[in-house]
Amino acid sequence: MTAAVFFGCAFIAFGPALALYIFTIATEPLRVIFLIIGAFFWLVSLLLSSLVWFIAGTITGDKDGPTQKYLLIFGVLVSVFIQEMFRFAYYKLLKKANEGLKNINADETAPSMRLLAYVSGLGFGIMSGVFSFVNTLSDSLGPGTVGIHGDSPQFFLNSAFMTLVIIMLHMFWGIVFFDGCEKKKWYALLVVLLTHLLVSALTFINPHYGINLVSAYIIMVLMGIWAFFAAGGSCRSLKLCLLCQDKDFLLFNQRSR
Amino acid sequence: MLTFMASDSEEEVCDERTSLMSAESPTPRSCQEGRPGLEDGESAAQWRSQDGEEDHEEDPDHYVCSGVPGRPAGLEEELTLKYGAKHVIMLFVPVTLCMIVVVATIKSVRFYTEKNGQLIYTPFTEDTPSVGQRLLNSVLNTLIMISVIVVMTIFLVLLYKYRCYKFIHGWLIMSSLMLLFLFTYIYLGEVLKTYNVAMDYPTLLLMVWNFGAVGMVCIHWKGPLVLQQAYLIMISALMALVFIKYLPEWSAWVILGAISVYDLVAVLCPKGPLRMLVETAQERNEPIFPALIYSSAMVWTVGMAKLDPSSQGALQLPYDPEMEDSCDSFGEPSYPEVFEPPLPGYPGEELEEEEERGVKLGLGDFIFYSVLVGKAAATGSGDWNTTLACFVAILIGLCLTLLLLAVFKKALPALPISITFGLIFYFSTDNLVRPFMDTLASHQLYI
Repeated sequence: MTAAVFFGCAFIAFGPALALYIFTIATEPLRVIFLIIGAFFWLVSLLLSSLVWFIAGTITGDKDGPTQKYLLIFGVLVSVFIQEMFRFAYYKLLKKANEGLKNINADETAPSMRLLAYVSGLGFGIMSGVFSFVNTLSDSLGPGTVGIHGDSPQFFLNSAFMTLVIIMLHMFWGIVFFDGCEKKKWYALLVVLLTHLLVSALTFINPHYGINLVSAYIIMVLMGIWAFFAAGGSCRSLKLCLLCQDKDFLLFNQRSR
Repeated sequence: MLTFMASDSEEEVCDERTSLMSAESPTPRSCQEGRPGLEDGESAAQWRSQDGEEDHEEDPDHYVCSGVPGRPAGLEEELTLKYGAKHVIMLFVPVTLCMIVVVATIKSVRFYTEKNGQLIYTPFTEDTPSVGQRLLNSVLNTLIMISVIVVMTIFLVLLYKYRCYKFIHGWLIMSSLMLLFLFTYIYLGEVLKTYNVAMDYPTLLLMVWNFGAVGMVCIHWKGPLVLQQAYLIMISALMALVFIKYLPEWSAWVILGAISVYDLVAVLCPKGPLRMLVETAQERNEPIFPALIYSSAMVWTVGMAKLDPSSQGALQLPYDPEMEDSCDSFGEPSYPEVFEPPLPGYPGEELEEEEERGVKLGLGDFIFYSVLVGKAAATGSGDWNTTLACFVAILIGLCLTLLLLAVFKKALPALPISITFGLIFYFSTDNLVRPFMDTLASHQLYI
């Protein structure tokens, strides 16, 4: 539990999100605001799910014992539902705000729905990752030996990778979700909800990290590919981007308009 | 008490752009250590979003006006919105910085979380065995504190009304002197103690002297804008740390709630002291109390030959020295002072300048936001989730307040919405979310 563990895990978990923030969001004030509002929505959803869990806990009344574990599982599943509900609510809010912005401000500086999908997903993801991991991180600075009672010694590393995958997944889910709402493809929403449930449910088998992490990453890659195509990417644009022939890509885009 | 001030409506062409509300924040007097009393001040945060003005459309006499005569209303609104997001971020950054400084200090320097006596403004102790007695004591403490704030605000308004500028000036200089020298010295001492760094007195004297002297110059006279902003953030953080240390637990929360209510009343009621202050300043066409306002002003000049550096300097310097100091009790939540960057007296310049005024937020707002977040970080079991939740809640409250400001275009209090959100999220996160997240984290479940 050294500084190396702290910094390593912190950068594993939050490095990509920080990079995304610095390069794409920090430059535009409006995007920062929407990011923070997204984080706020996730926070409210967490509050509601904690309330539900708390009420369920007080109703059953059993302080220790197996019911606590079932209550926790119930709490996790309810939380996933509530998070997706709030994602939908944020979508509705953004739709209204976008129309309002367009009415008043007719120029092109109003962000598009796709951009807002990305920003909101990232907001959800960052808040979710931070809330899951920051306490663990701050504990890693203190004294202690990981796994001294027979638990896995890879506790921090696993948590860091899991946090990373959750942040990325939230971002992709945001893009796919909003795209599904825009195009009225309701199956997209269902898939997002189901994959979210799946990823959360897989964490129940911790500390068998192998299956859990690997499947989460596979789901992340799949969602990433879907999000890429939902956001308007294509194989051709990817090739052009990788071969640094962006100008052609831009011209191509203009022509197709 | 924080008030947001929006730019005046178009018809008030020659008025002061926005009125500032002076808010008094209580100056803590620690009876134990016999520190000089700090002045009370109300924090008035005035936020003024100003539209850019096109010079060629403006009558030179109206350059100080907020509205642009002759400009269609839609364009005005559009400009407000275009600059709205940027202004929000210009406020997010300093508020975040202040909170970061406070939270970092609270989490590392143990001095500010140790209980070491109370201010004379909160005489009732909270070390009572029964819950009811403790609650009663905290309510009484709050009543005393708020009445002190009210009295100081009214005193300040009276002083301002009867033009006792020298008195106010001296008062503000005294308080910022104490803040910049004494509190900085104590802070530095505690930080050095925490990190076990030895420092000899001559070095310490040199450092504190330089820091304090430059601070006085920057805040009360002229200085680079960034430096002035940095100093204002630092003194807000120091003030907030003093509050966090010396306010007992429950009293702090009740005081936060009560001061939001007071801010609301003082700014919006017709007979509220802050509102009267603003109106007086507007009548006299003077800027109100430039010193205790955090200003993020910027000036653009549009391709004109005549670039007046002094008018640019005017943006950065705290206005008339006597005017500044009047509200410059560091305790006072900033007087949202909105002053026209071009001084009246340079009528020619405005024609050539396209200005974008920045937003101004009262220092008291900074202080009370930081008190809330700092208390969230100090209490509780080393939980970062609560701190982060309060932080996000305050930012969202600030966002909403700025939105309301853009809609209503008049002075609005900055404390109520943010503090309400902050309090709600503090208590709910501490009691509901924390056990949930802790249980999840211990089983490594992810939601």
